[in-house]
Amino acid sequence: MPMQPTPLIYCDHNATTPLHPEVWTAMRPFLLESFGNPSSLHTEGQQAREAVEEARAHVAQLLGAAPEEIVFTSGGTEADNLAILGAAFARRERGRHIITSGIEHPAVLGSCRFLEEDGFRITRLPVSPAGVFAPDDLARALTDDTILVTLMHANNEIGTIQPIRECAALARSRGVLVHTDAVQSVGKVPTSVDALGVDLLSLSGHKLYGPKGIGALYVRRGVTLASIVTGGPQEEGLRGGTEHVAAIVGLGLAAQFAGRDMPAEMPRVAALRDHLERGVLTAIPDVWANGAEAPRLPTTANLSFQGVDGQSLVVALDLKGVATSTGSACSSGSLEPSHVLIAMGMPAERLRGAVRFSLGRGNTREEVEKLIHILPPIVARLRQHSNGSVRGV
Amino acid sequence: MERGYSPIVIDHFRNPRNVGELADANAQASVTNPVCGDVLKLTLKIVEGHIADAQFKTLGCEAAIAASSLLTEMIKGKGLLEAQTITPEMITTALGGLPKVKLHASALVEEGLKRALDEYARRR
Repeated sequence: MPMQPTPLIYCDHNATTPLHPEVWTAMRPFLLESFGNPSSLHTEGQQAREAVEEARAHVAQLLGAAPEEIVFTSGGTEADNLAILGAAFARRERGRHIITSGIEHPAVLGSCRFLEEDGFRITRLPVSPAGVFAPDDLARALTDDTILVTLMHANNEIGTIQPIRECAALARSRGVLVHTDAVQSVGKVPTSVDALGVDLLSLSGHKLYGPKGIGALYVRRGVTLASIVTGGPQEEGLRGGTEHVAAIVGLGLAAQFAGRDMPAEMPRVAALRDHLERGVLTAIPDVWANGAEAPRLPTTANLSFQGVDGQSLVVALDLKGVATSTGSACSSGSLEPSHVLIAMGMPAERLRGAVRFSLGRGNTREEVEKLIHILPPIVARLRQHSNGSVRGV
Repeated sequence: MERGYSPIVIDHFRNPRNVGELADANAQASVTNPVCGDVLKLTLKIVEGHIADAQFKTLGCEAAIAASSLLTEMIKGKGLLEAQTITPEMITTALGGLPKVKLHASALVEEGLKRALDEYARRR
């Protein structure tokens, strides 16, 4: 029996964003009539080539970089892999030590683990209870054997913004390459590669109202990487494979919009996020705002509800047409609790009630009001189910 | 299937039966799933070899809450011998199936039941 679709209040923009309608319009011809391979010499190919290079320029502009410093990849994960594995393989004769943090995205942690199994030494910097790592810890960790520092700009689960400028300056003063996973920060806060002082920076299309399956790695002029998707001459030999022209065009336009709209959109969404957070903290007792003491992305509110399982709250909200996510255990295929919340030293009972609300372009004041209205009875009901099951709860 | 969940799970999650803690319980158990941290407190009132009443409190995911609710419905009125034959698979089936990653919910409530019945038997 067909169900009545519940109107959707989408609060999971850190997971992915809907395609901007104009981005789809721009992409469509390159999936249909303008199907040329950019490496082909004929007109169809050259048209595709032009579109790719125009998109490259837009991405570069968002980062304050030169177009030739942008390498297109299949997404943020591949960009992270290319940066980390590519830098490590290119520099392995110079050293075997890499520094990262305990709150990185699995793409970064996975690349580092891969290298660890290959004989590299990995240091994972701790974070404060607010979810921020400290330049001092980096300074202490740097050695003469260090070849790469890879530290995220903003964390996807709690939205905290990290001191990249200071960390990059420290690392580069020791001749160490600096990569930042900026997948969550690009398009939300300024991400000028020179202001940050990084050599490598990853971004992802589908976090920017662009398509999935496309991302980019910024590679500072003069930095050498080994390629990991080998074989083709594309992307100056750094990333083989026929370009996904439509997705690249989409990413380019999304990047343009992000740069254009950031000054107005970010204060707007920050105000919504703050209103949501204040409203929830006022209406519901025993709620923590995780990471709120640190500088944060304007979009993210990670809230812990005492006495509630985050997973069950996400499902209950889903049944009411609100999309959120959780870092507590037992969510979509994984039984592991969030390594980010664990790294923050969060006690188990606070961690298990954690739910992330990440707002975006489509969210309105009315939606936030509705959310503030529907949350308290849901939380009260779940607390009633659980109260007394755990001593002290 | 509403948003991918079994309708029975949704029903028990939205409207759980027998939530609470029996004041006159004569059998009970508290169990925790160490893997994902779900917690169940099950209280039973056993009269003349039958489970006259049962209530639960659960801190856990939607599958755990649904399984707890369904279990209490399943066992009310049953004799102790029959209650002993309940398996996690029976609970999963009665829930309309569970994704593999949620099977721990059935295991949790079955363990709660067995522990409560064992404790009752030992005390007699």
